[in-house]
Parts: sequence; C-alpha cells; structure tokens
Amino acid sequence: MKVAFLGATRGMGRSLSRLMAARGDELFLLGRDVADVERSARDLEARAGKGPVGTAQCDLEQPGGFAAALDAAESRLGGLDAVVVTAGDFAGQDELERDTERARRLLEVNFTNTVLFCEHARKRLLARGGGTLVVFSSVSGERGRKPVVLYGAAKAGLTRYLEGLDHKFRAQGLRTVCVKPGFVRTSMTEGLRPPPFAGDPDEVARVVLRGVDRGAPVVYAPPIWRWIMLVIRLLPRFVMRRVEF
Amino acid sequence: MSAASEGTLCGWGRVPAAGREVRSEDLEALTRDAVLCRGLGRSYGDSSLPPPGHPVVAATPLADRILAFDAGAGALRAEAGLSLRALNRTFLPRGFYAPVTPGTQLITLGGMVAADVHGKNHHRDGCFGAHVTRLRMRVADGRIVECSPQEEAELFRATVGGMGLTGHILEVECRLVRVPSPWVLAESERIHDIDRFIDGLKEAGPRWPYTMGWIDCLSRGSLMGRGILMKGRWAEPGEAPRVPPRPRRRPSVPFVLPGWVVNRWSARAFNEAFYRRHLPRVRRRVLDPEAFFYPLDAIGHWNRMYGPRGFTQYQCVLPDSAGRGAARRFLELLTRRGGASMLCVIKDCGPEGIGLLSFPKAGISIALDIPIRDDTQALVDALNELVIAEGGRIYLAKDQFTRPEHFRAMEPRLAAWTCVRRKWDPEGRLRSAQSVRLLADRP
Repeated sequence: MKVAFLGATRGMGRSLSRLMAARGDELFLLGRDVADVERSARDLEARAGKGPVGTAQCDLEQPGGFAAALDAAESRLGGLDAVVVTAGDFAGQDELERDTERARRLLEVNFTNTVLFCEHARKRLLARGGGTLVVFSSVSGERGRKPVVLYGAAKAGLTRYLEGLDHKFRAQGLRTVCVKPGFVRTSMTEGLRPPPFAGDPDEVARVVLRGVDRGAPVVYAPPIWRWIMLVIRLLPRFVMRRVEF
Repeated sequence: MSAASEGTLCGWGRVPAAGREVRSEDLEALTRDAVLCRGLGRSYGDSSLPPPGHPVVAATPLADRILAFDAGAGALRAEAGLSLRALNRTFLPRGFYAPVTPGTQLITLGGMVAADVHGKNHHRDGCFGAHVTRLRMRVADGRIVECSPQEEAELFRATVGGMGLTGHILEVECRLVRVPSPWVLAESERIHDIDRFIDGLKEAGPRWPYTMGWIDCLSRGSLMGRGILMKGRWAEPGEAPRVPPRPRRRPSVPFVLPGWVVNRWSARAFNEAFYRRHLPRVRRRVLDPEAFFYPLDAIGHWNRMYGPRGFTQYQCVLPDSAGRGAARRFLELLTRRGGASMLCVIKDCGPEGIGLLSFPKAGISIALDIPIRDDTQALVDALNELVIAEGGRIYLAKDQFTRPEHFRAMEPRLAAWTCVRRKWDPEGRLRSAQSVRLLADRP
C-alpha cells in the first residue's frame, strides 16, 4: 500500500507508521517540523530495512500547503492508496476557556483544517478510483463532556464529516475509517491522570491496522471504548450535568 | 507501571520514593531543566529515583527512534529511550544482535550506557561501553555535546557507567554484532559445589562466548554453591531453524503477593527443585535467544513476588587477586546469616573496561535477591565489609543500602570520576536519590 501519513512523528501515529512500514507498506511522511519528520523517516527506514522514506513539510495550521504536500507524496510514491491523518492539536479545557485565541487555533486545526486536508486527500484518492482515508478523531466527540467541551466539539464535527464521506463515497471506492481512540498514554495526554482502560499506542496501532484492513468505517481503540462510550451516550442529561468525566 | 502509588516512583526492587516521571518524545526539550533521566526503571535500587528536593525525572522511553543503521559495519545510532527488546527484535531477523546484554531486555540504550551493563559474555567482550562509539549528551550547563573515546574522551569515560550523573544521554551510537543464526546453542551442567563452579566457569570461558551460573545460596557445607552452569554460543546455520523465533506472550504476576510467600522454606524448595529438575548432568539445547538471555523477562512483574516491602539485589565482584576462596568466604557469610532467597547468579568477569566507575573487574561476580526485612541493612553492611576486605566492589545499578563510607572504601576510582563530573557540572545540578545517599550530593 502506498501511504501518505500526516502525524507519524509522535504517539499513536508513530506506532501505526512503524507497523505499516514493518509489513511492507510504502510510506511518505508529512509533518510540521521538517527535521523531526526526517528523523522519523530514518527510523522507519532502519526498522523496516526496505527502501527510503520520503518526507515533505505540511502544517495543519497552513491549509495553503496541503495540495503541494499531497502532490509531493503522490509523485514520490508513484501513486496513492491511502492517506492517514493522526496529527491534531490538544489542550486542556481550562486553558482553552482562558485563552480564546488558543481555542480558535485548536478548533481550526482539529476541525476546519483537518477537513480541508481530507478534502484534498479525498479528491486525489477518488481520481485514482478509490482508496482508504484513515483519520484519527476521538471518543471525546461522542458526547458533550465537561473536561473536553471544546476539543470534543471539534472532534464531534470531524466524526460527522467522516461519517458523511463514508455514506457518500464508499460506493465509488473511497473507504473512510474514522478512528476513535479512548484515553491512550502518549505525550499528548502526559500529565493527565489515566482513567481505567487507558490504552498504549502500540496496542492502539494494531487495532487500527486491523480495522483499516477490514475497511471498518469506525474503529474504537482500545476496543473496549466502544462499550464505554455506548454507556456514556445513553446516560441522561441530568447525570451528565453531575458527573465530572 | 513501576510506581507503588500515586506520586511515588520506585526502582525494580519496588521500594518507593516521592517522585514522578515526565515523558516526551522530544528528549532535547525534556532534558533542558532536568536533574535526572530515567529509562524503563529496571535498576533495582534508587539510581533512577530523583533527589528529594527535585522530585521529577525525565522519562526517556518515548524517545525511541533509530536514527541510522549501517548494515556493513553493524553501526547503529538511536535515541536513548530505545529499548533493548525493540533493538533485538528489529535486528535479529536481519542477523544482528546487541553486543552485550544484561539479564533483561526491558531497558533503554541510555540506561545501558549509564550502568555500563555487562552480560554473560563479559569475560570475552567486556561491558556495553566497550561497544559504544559515540554519545550525544546534554550537559549540566545546558549545552549539547558529542563525546566518544577520541573526542571529549574524559566525559565519555565518566559517562559510561556514570549512572546518568555526568549529563543526560540523548543519543547513543554503538556497534551490533553479526550472528550466524537467530538461535542460541546452550549447554547446561549440574555442578556440586562452589569451588568446582568457579573452576567450571574459568574452564568454559575460553571456549564459550556466553557463560554464567545459577547457584543455590541456602545450602551449606559440602553442598554450598551447588547449581547449574550455563554456556552458550550463537548456533551455526546448520544447527538451528532458519526462521527467527516468534515473540511470545508472557504471563505476569497480577498483583503484589503477600510478604510471606517468599520465605526460607519456599525459597529452599525452589532452589532444591531447580537443582533437581536438571536431571542429566549435561544438557544441550537450541534456544530462543530471549529464553537464553532473559529467562526472567518471561514473567511480567516478577518483582511483585517479593511482597509489599519489595526487595533489593546485592551484586558484588570479588577480584581474582582475592583468590579462589573469596567466593566460598562470601557464601559462608551469606548462608550463616540466613542466605538469600531465590537463585543467585554467578559469573566470571574479564578485565576492567573504559568506564571510570564501571562495575566489573577481573574476578567473580555474585548477584542475589534479598527480600526487604528489618535486618536487610545489617546484612548488606556485613556483605559490604567482606567485599571491602576482599578488594571487591558493588554494582550501583542494583544498590539501595550501601553506606557512603563503604562505597568510598571500595572505590579508589571515585576521586578521578568526581573530578570529571565536577568539571562538567560544577554546581552539582545533576543528581539522583542514589547520588544524594552515596556521594553526598545536595538533596
């Protein structure tokens, strides 16, 4: 599989890109910090022991660069079978409430710009007769919750967009995979107290890759979060007002 | 994972101290204000625990990228948080392995350098530091420097075995060894007492790259030091399957066992069974390298077995100059005082390496687990006094109980190492709970 990957430098993206490289997928890495992306490319080359891994700069805060980055991926790979987006922005609810500019940036990166990036990816994949678009949303978009009001709202929007893509374009060969990680111990969640059933990034990557291979439209990882979120979705409003999660 | 409870950290011996880890993939940013780095927390005592006055450690395991690998020379460069397990599993199928490996692979490259780890092949290949060609470090004043045996050689030699106290290790460059097959040919032999054990180790040394033994530290008299001597080498292609072994899922001790589980009787029964189970005198097998090098890694959280108070590992080297009787004298003292709990590991060491404070020197190394009881301090004191008298020394990566005056008495090299350390860190910024305890660093 020829894969353009946005966000392979850290956390779950790092784990997933390693799994894909190890099984022989050809990767092209996109990311904000060129030097850091280069280091991740060298890591994948050394681990997989196969060909060189190309890179290009792509910043979710700069939608103007999306087309060029995906062009670079497509021409270097000589095709494109899948686009993976694990990149995103994160900040705690308190900070976002305090700092409106910070909130604007997070909403823009996690919703508007991620959707725009997916639009570029979608067009390219459809032009080739189809492919797979894997995007990391979050379980925090499932229900309005006190600790993730703003982050969750952006992810809820992203989840709905991906659902719509799946409905509209699956018949034309575009498989959209919306990944909803639960709490995963990564540097993004560093400093937060892990709840029960917290996952680790390598385990999440294995679950996601299985889901991608099956073409599942929605992947919860770790899988138990499907049932946790089912319960949380069913809780009545008066309960959600009282609880702190 | 290793912390006993919220707000505390502990080494593998599970004796907690106040502290917490901060993790990041970006080691350069993470170490900017750090006083200590911590890898996977497998040092037994307080080496990876923060000093009381600064209870935060920079945790390196997320910084685990391989930056370069040259298959021609086996040369590897990687970030310091890369685990030995990831390294071995990545490169074994391609015919390479770590040149030196201790008894666990759940450790990081940075930790391997800091403790200058040794393995079953110490008599032949020395410590890990002998195979390290370059380090990238953040030193105490914030600068990032590279050092090697040629460049900033003093800093390099003080860092190899320097327990992370000379600077934060960011990247490690080392040479892997080429192996003829992904399997190990192992031979094990039942030995009846300590003197024959030491002879067996010394005889096997020239013929086998990997040697070590497990001995019964409870039996006394004519059975003292009986055990199983293990020897190994990489199997030749014709002797072993062509495909590498598949990594296996491992069982785990699910919770901390009550303190009485490991007691004199259960330990004696275990030692007896381990010795008796080895029915033939000599046994030859082709083994998965993970089973050969890391038998204890097969059980997750095995440190929970020792109960809520935890345990300490005591490891010392008794130099050849002390004569063959030194190991017997050590075991006599140990068994007189009730002995150690489970199997002890015995190994012959080759000459001292380049690390200014590295543990091994030519002689016999003995390592034993001691469940923590009220008299543990007194036991460690007594063992240390004997080790000092024999001209030996202890391994900092295991230690939690040694007194500073004992450590000074067994380390005439300390002044030279401290001199380099002070040159790079005049204010004494970098420190650990262990350096506060042993080296009189400020808390």
